[in-house]
Amino acid sequence: MAKYSLKINGKTQQIDVDPSTPILWVLRDHLKMTGTKFGCGMAMCGACTIHLDGNATRSCVLPVSAIGKSAITTIEGLSETGKHPVQQAWLEHDVAQCGYCQSGQIMSASALLKSNPKPTDEDIDNAMSGNICRCGTYLRIKEAIKTAAKTSNAK
Amino acid sequence: MKNLQSHSRRDFLRSSALAGGGLMLSFSWFAEAKAAEKKPTLNNVEQWNELTAYIKITPDNTVKILCPNPEFGQNVMTSLPMIVAEELDVDWKNVVVEMSTHDNVKYGAQFTGGSNSVRMYWNPLRNAGATAREMLVEAAAQSWGVPASEITTKGGILAHSSGKSAKYGEMASKASSIPIPKNVKLKSPKDFSIVRNSKKNTEGLKVVTGKPLFGMDYHVDGMLIAMIQHPPAFGMKLKSFDASQALKMPGIKDIFSFKLYDDGFEQGGFDTRTSNEMIAIVGKSTWEVMNARKKIKAQWELTGDIKETMIGRGGKREVNIPGRLETTSDQLALMADYANGRNSAKPAQQYRKDGDPETAFKNAATVIERTYNAPFLAHNCMEPMNFFAHVSEDKALVAGPLQAPGWMEPTLAKILNLPADKIEIQMTRMGGGFGRRAYGQYVYEAARISQKLKAPIKLIYTREDDMTYGIYRPMYTATYRAALDANKNLIGFHIKGGGIPENPIHANRFPAGAIDNYLAEGWEIPSNITIGAFRAPRSNFNAAAEQSFLDEVAEAMGKDPIEFRLDLLKRAKENPVGKNNEYDADRYAGVLELLKEKSGWGKPENSGKKRGVAAYFCHASYAGHVVDMVMRDGQPYVEHVTSAIDCGVVVNPDAAINMIQGAVVDGIGNSFYGALTHKNGMAEQSNFHNYRMIRHNEAPKKIDVHFVQNDIDPTGLGEPPFPPVFGAVANALYKSTGKRYYNQPFLGEKNNS
Ligand code: FES
Ligand code: FES
Repeated sequence: MAKYSLKINGKTQQIDVDPSTPILWVLRDHLKMTGTKFGCGMAMCGACTIHLDGNATRSCVLPVSAIGKSAITTIEGLSETGKHPVQQAWLEHDVAQCGYCQSGQIMSASALLKSNPKPTDEDIDNAMSGNICRCGTYLRIKEAIKTAAKTSNAK
Repeated sequence: MKNLQSHSRRDFLRSSALAGGGLMLSFSWFAEAKAAEKKPTLNNVEQWNELTAYIKITPDNTVKILCPNPEFGQNVMTSLPMIVAEELDVDWKNVVVEMSTHDNVKYGAQFTGGSNSVRMYWNPLRNAGATAREMLVEAAAQSWGVPASEITTKGGILAHSSGKSAKYGEMASKASSIPIPKNVKLKSPKDFSIVRNSKKNTEGLKVVTGKPLFGMDYHVDGMLIAMIQHPPAFGMKLKSFDASQALKMPGIKDIFSFKLYDDGFEQGGFDTRTSNEMIAIVGKSTWEVMNARKKIKAQWELTGDIKETMIGRGGKREVNIPGRLETTSDQLALMADYANGRNSAKPAQQYRKDGDPETAFKNAATVIERTYNAPFLAHNCMEPMNFFAHVSEDKALVAGPLQAPGWMEPTLAKILNLPADKIEIQMTRMGGGFGRRAYGQYVYEAARISQKLKAPIKLIYTREDDMTYGIYRPMYTATYRAALDANKNLIGFHIKGGGIPENPIHANRFPAGAIDNYLAEGWEIPSNITIGAFRAPRSNFNAAAEQSFLDEVAEAMGKDPIEFRLDLLKRAKENPVGKNNEYDADRYAGVLELLKEKSGWGKPENSGKKRGVAAYFCHASYAGHVVDMVMRDGQPYVEHVTSAIDCGVVVNPDAAINMIQGAVVDGIGNSFYGALTHKNGMAEQSNFHNYRMIRHNEAPKKIDVHFVQNDIDPTGLGEPPFPPVFGAVANALYKSTGKRYYNQPFLGEKNNS
């Protein structure tokens, strides 16, 4: 066990866990922040995607000991009320089916738009192909990202 | 699946109500609603006036509609309430939707699967809405002293020509004392203003903000986390284990083995289990439990052949389950033996015969014979299996993702030795289902563990657990033969299909009924690998095999594949062969016609395209696709798909389009890559690094969806568009590569070598 002080969604959180514990389980089990999902545990599906200093990161393979001073953003921190342009675009296109993958999709998409505000289709393919959607909502995800790019850039 | 019902008294009540039609079913709800009226304290506390089991209206005119069926992404939490709201005549903006608890008596069968939800509830929910509306009208009529026939409703407002008006909420209390009207009038489809108009997912905001909707997210204070160590292979069982090291790991509370079913347990159709004895590891957190599990030293041994007692469909019977450790190459060889009649242990069973197929084939100028194979498929729901359970001496609460809570309840009662009414099942949103969550093994496991520990626990499967201890889509094969006369007329058709452990035959489906001489037969090879429903069971294989076979036959006959099918359907309509043809030839043809028109099939501007077409009937609906394929980096890529479906009235069109697009993506993915293979009983794929799933960059650029417009009561939607994707992809592959693809997955090793 070891004590860590983590910056999550702008707040500092203290936890005492085994250093090997992936951030995914710190969030889900210890902090009861369950927006970040478990899908594979081996960085193959993207369901657990968070932002680490703004970059999309798979939290299921990221041990808490590796975080250091980096800032974590989870789906809960993107906008609790769903006001982030990516969330808004997701609602506009009614993307979700079962919805289980969508936290991860939204986190990957919002990180993409931050680093690349006007992504091409190919850019979207590259950024989003690590996120599996078993329900097959990929077409709507792409449309929603394009919509979010427009609304974000308009601001 | 729709015929499968368990036989408890409560189910009997439900079934007889359904058999009697909407009105009788209504009475069963209203009996419940009246009981609720007798409890005014409840109403006062909640400020809800309960009109029926489904509908509650508050004084502020908010209408709360309970969604009776579990949600797994097919959007029933939006579409079912839309049906109520339509007949109730309320403003959709004022409707609040909540997932109901599980209660067979109040809500009937709460089952998501078999593309049933909207089909099953269409009439009952319309009646419920219309009945509530009439009671409100009657209440207003009495208050105002005017005839009910003079009162109109719109958007949750009651109005009379005298200028009197009231919100529903104002009349709700009075309405609850109005006798229940008997023959309520339903709207004509032309007057629909909510149904057929796209409404956004009522849970959309919760999804995009990551709210705890899923079983995985379920939490109560003091809850422990549990995992299971199953045997490493089908055909193996626990011999002994040493958990001394694992028990010393931090956070670990207990490690023990347990039996899922007691000896002599009679299994219902959805009690399928991968193994009966396993090790439970329980601790404070997921990561700790995962790590401790690795330290368990377990010995496994062969199960040998076992006998199980099954009840339910087919009556009580003993089933022999062979103990061999299966390997995919052996399974394929065995299937080939059965298909060729080399293994006469169990001859094929004849399911249907029309005319004289033997003579037709003997006299044929040309016989086309092709064999198709498909592997086991893992469901791979995005949310791995999990369930919460809190079992105490005299009651149990279980909560989690489940497609068919009503079927699990009797088994839970048996294994926990509790009366069914002491078991509460809460339904969480499911991170996908696809048939997998109709089987309750993980629920029973959770309940057993909680009972042992006398504590609330949440059982979690890892992806590896989920994939390697699956209830898979069966392994299938089918040999199709077509007899052509000298003039290239189709004079005979023969399908002989088999599978491990279930064959795919749908004997009375197209092209049965369209060909004079027809034979359908099937055989099965028992296995210890567990199988179950997978999005459109059997159809998901048949549509691949049959629809690519028909493509090949059309080519041999020199006919266009759509025209060939339309000719057969014309025959089936005008002069059908045999009886019991399950499909409606007109609706089937209608989908092909729509597909032809919308895809510009045969148009000169499309002549350069590599296209494949297929259409199929299942779950009472008709669906087809035209798939346009290109080669991209040396690999086939489905770039554009045109889809057509006849599923009757489409309740929520945009959500229906989402579902159909998803089915297309799912179909491309599974036909290209899907395979679960075995070596010595052990699944060879365990996670997404070796089970390939279709990904974002592999989805088509465009999927255009078109509905046949009619006023037929809704038929299935979640499953029907899935099977024909396989056939259309196979046919497009032929156009793209010049090669026919007989073995799934199409881009798997077998086809590449
Ligand atoms: S759970 Fe982390 S990538 Fe799948
Ligand atoms: S919406 Fe179900 S997995 Fe993506």
